Amino acid sequence: MDPMIFDLEKTPLREVNRTLHRLEAGTVQIQNPHGKHSVAAGLRTAIKVYINGHCGYYAAGMNQLADVVINGNAGVGVAENMMSGSVFITGNASQSAGATAHGGLLVVTGDAAARCGISMKGVDIVVGGGIGHMSAFMAQAGRLVVRGDAGEALGDSIYEARLYVRGKVASLGADCIAKDMRDEHHAELRALLERAGYDDDTADYTRYGSARQLYHFHAGNEY
Amino acid sequence: MSDGLRESATFDRATIHAIQRAAATGVYDIRGWGAKRALPHFDDLLFLGASMSRYPLEGYREACGTDVVLGGRNAAYPIHLDIPVTIAGMSFGALSAQAKEALGRGASEVGTSTTTGDGGMTPEERGQSKHLVYQYLPSRYGMNPDDLRRADAIEIVLGQGAKPGGGGMLLGQKINARVAAMRTLPQGIDQRSASRHPDWTGPDDLTIKIQELREITDWEKPIYVKIGASRTYYDVKLAVHAGADVVVVDGMQGGTAATQDVFIENVGIPTLAALPQAVQALQELGVHRQGAKGVQLIVSGGIRTGADVAKALALGADAVAIGTAALIALGDNDPRWSAEYEALGSAAGFYDDFQDGRDPAGITTQDPELAARLDPVEGGRRLANYLRVLTMEAQTVARACGKAHVTHLEPEDLVAVTIEAAAMARVPLAGTDWIPGSAR
Repeated sequence: MDPMIFDLEKTPLREVNRTLHRLEAGTVQIQNPHGKHSVAAGLRTAIKVYINGHCGYYAAGMNQLADVVINGNAGVGVAENMMSGSVFITGNASQSAGATAHGGLLVVTGDAAARCGISMKGVDIVVGGGIGHMSAFMAQAGRLVVRGDAGEALGDSIYEARLYVRGKVASLGADCIAKDMRDEHHAELRALLERAGYDDDTADYTRYGSARQLYHFHAGNEY
Repeated sequence: MSDGLRESATFDRATIHAIQRAAATGVYDIRGWGAKRALPHFDDLLFLGASMSRYPLEGYREACGTDVVLGGRNAAYPIHLDIPVTIAGMSFGALSAQAKEALGRGASEVGTSTTTGDGGMTPEERGQSKHLVYQYLPSRYGMNPDDLRRADAIEIVLGQGAKPGGGGMLLGQKINARVAAMRTLPQGIDQRSASRHPDWTGPDDLTIKIQELREITDWEKPIYVKIGASRTYYDVKLAVHAGADVVVVDGMQGGTAATQDVFIENVGIPTLAALPQAVQALQELGVHRQGAKGVQLIVSGGIRTGADVAKALALGADAVAIGTAALIALGDNDPRWSAEYEALGSAAGFYDDFQDGRDPAGITTQDPELAARLDPVEGGRRLANYLRVLTMEAQTVARACGKAHVTHLEPEDLVAVTIEAAAMARVPLAGTDWIPGSAR
């Protein structure tokens, strides 16, 4: 079946998204996004969507089941709150990539800016380059793999998410510590890298996670 | 106690106890409820009933409408409520599933809406709520697009009156397996909710966020923006510019399930001070009381009686929201649990340790035995009764002022009995034409 093609210079975004929401299967090409926001947001079926160009905020936001490829850069909050499926970005991602996402796989081939994986809730994120400051802030669950360096305050107030970083970490946030890489972590990391199309030596990576010292406030009302 | 003893106004018994508590424990006090301090409020306003110059409606016989349409500005399906009293956002987690169900039942029985909270949507409340508003909070706990589509409206929460600028917390004793799973958190930990949204900052970003939520839901749902009352005039203007269909303003008397006492009592402004600021902002933007195409204003924080409802509408609100009062209607602080309140170091009428999860009334708890004390059907019936009384009281006042609809009440129908209330509400001091701060 030939792919369905939309040109965002000619078809309003609202019409494109509405059509995608009702599509049960197939492949879609979206041309000329020109930095528009919310391109392919709210997808809910196992369709394949190729966005050929740079996207604005919230591309593929809240994605369910669909496989989305962005041939370009992505703006703030790409794949925010994704539930399942995948989002693959050939370029760089702005801040809050994969924010609060519950599931699925987000791959950023280039760099991701600040707050990558903020409040992530189960998503897997693989970043080919580096990530900015305050990434994985309050990260609750899921895995974040960084093939480059991480900025300041990585994993601040982290819960149960697992972070794997190959390069340097500028600083760790509150309650985030380096942890041992056991066999199961090497296996987990290897599988994640393979899914994203990489073949790194997992021995080059360090695992980071929660020291679990902020889990209780010690704020009694017994007096 | 001797008659000659004089209590310090500065160091009263509650203050002395707070110092002693801090000295003994080294931790600050976390509690529920809203501001307990005395504040200028709707009690400080009075209605000018009809007489020679105004023509009243006949009570019981002449119609006085109470319905309100919310969110018609952009949404394909605005919400049409039968009464202008809604149920404010309260989370499953802070409240038991039975309490959430009871709120849904009560609200639906009288044709109004209820609201989720920080923790996602439960089947119990969706199933029992004819009109359900789904909150979109910084934590995004339980947030998912299926529930977004199941909702009747979306409320983007920037803050709440009890703690503008603060995040949320839910202590570990209330994080049972179900609550933990809904929030993707370990069971039993003290849970924090962020104070800022994770993927947008400021009004320009909010505009784009609202567009995203509209795109995901195919422009069907009304989108509310809720703010805690502080810089209300500016916040309302920015919310409208960002595309809100409905603005919700929560004053500092608005309740919380768990917040530092110092925050509750010292941050934010009273509902009475916030409301006229919000109305001014809407008026200047030309969207106040413009029918379905306008931006509606919902006000909350200390609404207790039909008089409060009528006064809020007269000052320009399109509807009000209740939280604390709704819980009381369900059975919170009921004297039947006096012995148990006292065993917890509190008393019926004073209990505010909603964070502790040991609520004898079974409302602010996740303890299965305590929660089972609240019958959702009976609780819903009590809430529906209370909502009917609020509505009838508001109608009574509106008819006395000659209004065929409660939203026809206007500031001209009001006077204030204190200078502070006159200045905040921008209505004359009773018996004068003086509005402090306004040119005569």
